[in-house]
Amino acid sequence: MQKLLARIVALGVLAWLCLPGIAGAAGPAAAPLVIVADTRIATGWLGWWANLYNESHLLFALVTVIIIPVVGLIFGVLADLIMGHIGLDLRSRELAEH
Amino acid sequence: MDWLYVLMPIAGIKIFWPGLIILGIGVGIIGGFFGMGGAWMVTPGLNILGFPMAFAIGTDIAHMAGKSLISTMRHGKFGNVDYKLGLIMLVGTIVGFELGAQMVMWLERLGSVEKVVRYLYLVLLALIAWMVFADVAKKKRKEREAAAAGQEVDKLATGIEWHKTLHKIKIPPMVHFNVAQIYCSAWLPILVSLLTGWLAGILGIGGGLIRMPALIYFVGCPTHVAVGTDLFEVMISGLYGTGTYTYKGRTELVAAMIMLCGAAVGAQIGTVATKYIKGYGIRIAFGLCVIGCALSIILKMLAKGIPGYGGVFDGAATVLILGLVSCMSIYIFVRMMQGAKAEIAAKKARAEIGVAG
Repeated sequence: MQKLLARIVALGVLAWLCLPGIAGAAGPAAAPLVIVADTRIATGWLGWWANLYNESHLLFALVTVIIIPVVGLIFGVLADLIMGHIGLDLRSRELAEH
Repeated sequence: MDWLYVLMPIAGIKIFWPGLIILGIGVGIIGGFFGMGGAWMVTPGLNILGFPMAFAIGTDIAHMAGKSLISTMRHGKFGNVDYKLGLIMLVGTIVGFELGAQMVMWLERLGSVEKVVRYLYLVLLALIAWMVFADVAKKKRKEREAAAAGQEVDKLATGIEWHKTLHKIKIPPMVHFNVAQIYCSAWLPILVSLLTGWLAGILGIGGGLIRMPALIYFVGCPTHVAVGTDLFEVMISGLYGTGTYTYKGRTELVAAMIMLCGAAVGAQIGTVATKYIKGYGIRIAFGLCVIGCALSIILKMLAKGIPGYGGVFDGAATVLILGLVSCMSIYIFVRMMQGAKAEIAAKKARAEIGVAG
């Protein structure tokens, strides 16, 4: 344990000493960001979705944060039902190690 | 063949949707099996499918949150999730992540942060790989020594046991984690999560790759519980990440949903496979993944260092990662099928004996 701690501290000191030199290099260009989605190419619900993004980024983010777990939950419950029919014991497992 | 492509309404590009489903299945299997989000696997895959980099990370985080929820549900039923430990660690993870993110901004003001991140990532991956394989070697040595003495090693024994030393530090409040079967100071998981969260914040990753081994070697979780508890954390931090990235317009929900369809299947396979592959099998496979990830970073660094061969090294890194995802997914799938077949056959045999009796 002491050996490991000494190694970690040594690595940390090395990283700290090297940091300024490494960080001094020129930075890469920032990735482009879409400010307004092009609604002319999207139709139906895709168009509605792009419009929602253009109207309010906050509402768009909120709806996304709600949709993701809801869909995950639906898929999880569906998978549960299907897996239940296969006949596997999905409620217990052997303790492997500690 | 236009029907094979779907429009991404925000980015305004068309993407090959079967590719998204295949990627989702692969990452779902690996994520459910190892207990991590798997951004390091998804980002190169999305890039190959033509996703702009700005959208790849946000879309990955969004699908990761949903996928982790599916895996957590399944792991929870196996009794692999210690919610109390997960919630305590969440505090440290969030604070640590914010500290890491602030540090990155400070480094950005100094200049390029990219090299720092890559070197730090490499050092960390090397440390994790060393920890995993040193643990495996130590356990094998214990077994050899016990066999020479005509004894048997306890089936629940591990190789590296740093957690036992850390559990001796009794700074109040002391906490029982019933699922993980740990009794330790509450400060231990808080400090471990603070450190892993800080590293994740600096590296710009979800943190599963660091947190899972930290839960095993420092907190003392059994491998299965480390996987399940980590997924619980990935789920919550993934939702937070989805919110922030989406607000910045960097998430394509359509792609995330399509990936989630594949990931829902993959997550079930990966999670159920943990029932048939013992803890040390998971640790060894995880160690191999870490080595693959480190090699891909070295290739990416070579691509930047030797621009003349940049394309070759970049291509090799992508092939390596996708090859690793494919091989690992196939291995996990085959082992899951073998285990499931054996279990169903044993069940049938028992039922037949019962009928005959």
